[in-house]
Amino acid sequence: MREVAVVSFAQSPCVPADREHDMAELVQPVVREALDAAGLDRDDVDFFASGSHDFFEGRTFSYIESLDAVGAWPPISESHVEMDAAWAFAEAWTWLQLGEGDVALVYGIGRGSLAVDLDQVMPAQLDPYLLAPLRPHRDALAGLQACAMVDAGLTSERHLAEVVARCLGAAIANPAAQRSGRVRVDDLLAKPYVAAPLREHDVAPQGDAAAVVVLAAGTAATRPAGRPAWVRGLDHRMETHYPGVRDLTRAGSAGMAAARAAEMAGFSAAEAEVAELHTEYSHQEPLLVTALGLGGAEVNPSGGPLAGRPATATGLVRIGEAARRIMDGGVGRAVAHATNGPALQHNLVCLLAAAPS
Amino acid sequence: MSAALAVVGVGQSRQAKRREVTIGALVREAVDAALADAELGFADIDAVVLSKTPDLFDGVMNPELYLADAMGAVGLPVTRVFTGGSVGGHAAIFGAHLVAAGLARRVLVVAYSKESEGNFTWALSRGLPFSAHLGAGAGGHFAPVIREYIRRSRAPEHIGWKVVVNHRGNATRNPYAHIRRAGITLAEVRDSPMLWDPIRYLESCPSSDGSCAVVITGAELAARAPRPPAWIHGMAWRTETGHFAGRDEVNPRAGRDCAAEAYRQAGIADPAREIDVAELYIPYSWYEPMWLENVGLAEEHRGWRLVDDDRTAFGGDLPVNPSGGVLAGNPTGATGLLRFAEAALQVRGLAGEHQVDGARRAVGHAMGGASQFHALWVVGSEVPA
Repeated sequence: MREVAVVSFAQSPCVPADREHDMAELVQPVVREALDAAGLDRDDVDFFASGSHDFFEGRTFSYIESLDAVGAWPPISESHVEMDAAWAFAEAWTWLQLGEGDVALVYGIGRGSLAVDLDQVMPAQLDPYLLAPLRPHRDALAGLQACAMVDAGLTSERHLAEVVARCLGAAIANPAAQRSGRVRVDDLLAKPYVAAPLREHDVAPQGDAAAVVVLAAGTAATRPAGRPAWVRGLDHRMETHYPGVRDLTRAGSAGMAAARAAEMAGFSAAEAEVAELHTEYSHQEPLLVTALGLGGAEVNPSGGPLAGRPATATGLVRIGEAARRIMDGGVGRAVAHATNGPALQHNLVCLLAAAPS
Repeated sequence: MSAALAVVGVGQSRQAKRREVTIGALVREAVDAALADAELGFADIDAVVLSKTPDLFDGVMNPELYLADAMGAVGLPVTRVFTGGSVGGHAAIFGAHLVAAGLARRVLVVAYSKESEGNFTWALSRGLPFSAHLGAGAGGHFAPVIREYIRRSRAPEHIGWKVVVNHRGNATRNPYAHIRRAGITLAEVRDSPMLWDPIRYLESCPSSDGSCAVVITGAELAARAPRPPAWIHGMAWRTETGHFAGRDEVNPRAGRDCAAEAYRQAGIADPAREIDVAELYIPYSWYEPMWLENVGLAEEHRGWRLVDDDRTAFGGDLPVNPSGGVLAGNPTGATGLLRFAEAALQVRGLAGEHQVDGARRAVGHAMGGASQFHALWVVGSEVPA
């Protein structure tokens, strides 16, 4: 494998509803910030990859607008995933393996606020014949998963509240966080349910933000100022779609992805000092800690998605935050996780390190 | 990228309004056919790439989730790409990249649309902030571009009709085509209703349900394939911004750059002479001469003469869309991959009744958006030099 590293990460603050900027306006300053930090110019970028989804935007071909922000002229080599932008990161990393170029820019745009009612939108992810007609609301399947976790003795409502309190406390230091603060576990436990055993604070708050990660290969990775975060292993795996035939207390696909990533990396998630997990719900933290086989990693030091979930940018932010810890010189090894779909159906794991292999 | 790559399996569904099958079943038809062609099972596949045009077309969000089981993708890496109508070509190229990068030994590339589940023109005509709401759909967008081509090239108006007669005639030899009408005449095309001047009804693509799948692998496994592989000689994608007064939508630079890069990889200096057959993304008749020029198969302003001289007809020296192409069936999410797959079938000698004799090198081409997204590959019957 060719040695590839994250050399820059930037994101806009996650806000509950950005009504000032269109897609291009939202991402353009973040592209600028990420390239400036890496000492690169737009012309230095050999490949662009992005992730976003029309259903959050309410129209077709919405991502085309974002190409104005990256300036696709003269014509560029470019691709897009209609998924979380962590999968665009995977595509860019794959592209850099070909040796056709050295610098790739990945951007994710997530605007969870635009839909009038996400309860009408999110069931569209389900089997259109057998599941979507049941119209489960946006948090219903997660509620079933959390319930199964509690029933199996893998977590408790108090433990979930502790996860939330820790994440919101950590988010105080994150200027991009949408939600943060010191909260008391007992106060959280007094709140009403939205999908028992989940309460409002157990649900990652939907918001709007853009994120940009710059990847570079080989010598290009060591040229920019600062310390790169080397991508040592990356993999993603899919579960069956049908929640009724899954053991919802497990994420076998996350475990598979972690194992494959560890083979490439030469170290496993158990050895990571920091883990940034795409927890759309508090109960997914203990689930993923087990699935990934984390050791003593500090989980979601940024506050994680429970402090702000900018839709399809959320997973890319996890990779960026994990890389940032390494680029800051704080840690030597980190793991990032991203997910797509309901109840952790599709999982991506990325292992990063301060040293190339 | 050094080792050779090849297509070893191709499958497609019949294109039509397929109200009798689910989306999953439609996709499975192509997946099963591609695996059967390659004599492989699900256990032989390492990764899946799904191509699909906007989810608003048929209402399923993130369809790779629902289709995971139908595609045999459970336990595999799955990537759902989307770049406009070129997406099928993009997906094939990304699938090839996964093999070239050493991340998979065999990749299954899947593509579909089931447009009978929704309303394509409605979905394409959603109002945008700060833009006039025309509700014109794709034809309304492309018509003025075609008029500009006619103005520049001084092409006579029967060229568009002739493309239709050729493509729709070709489709009668393709059992998977949506529209199979034998014996269509220039007069019928000329007399069909005007939709968006100069595009007449019979010069327009249909809205179809359909799926396509291909299996891509490396040289070692391709050499052991049960049927002849289609070797990938060159492949490229290019994108240009849409909102830029300096761009030329008649002959977009991204399309020219894309083709030039693929020919460079393939070692092709004179594409018009070295390419035996082309499957081009031609949703409206006039895009045949326009794309012939854009991808370097004809000189600028002279593409229409190839049509006029019957050179692009079945039996000509550069047949275009022997499958019938987009005018005979347009399941948009699959349309690009169908062009790439049909090019592969030609050089494998497996195109059946619409096989072009002696096809050794073929172009598969896809484009999307307002002609902003371009993907093209050159495939051949021989291992690339």
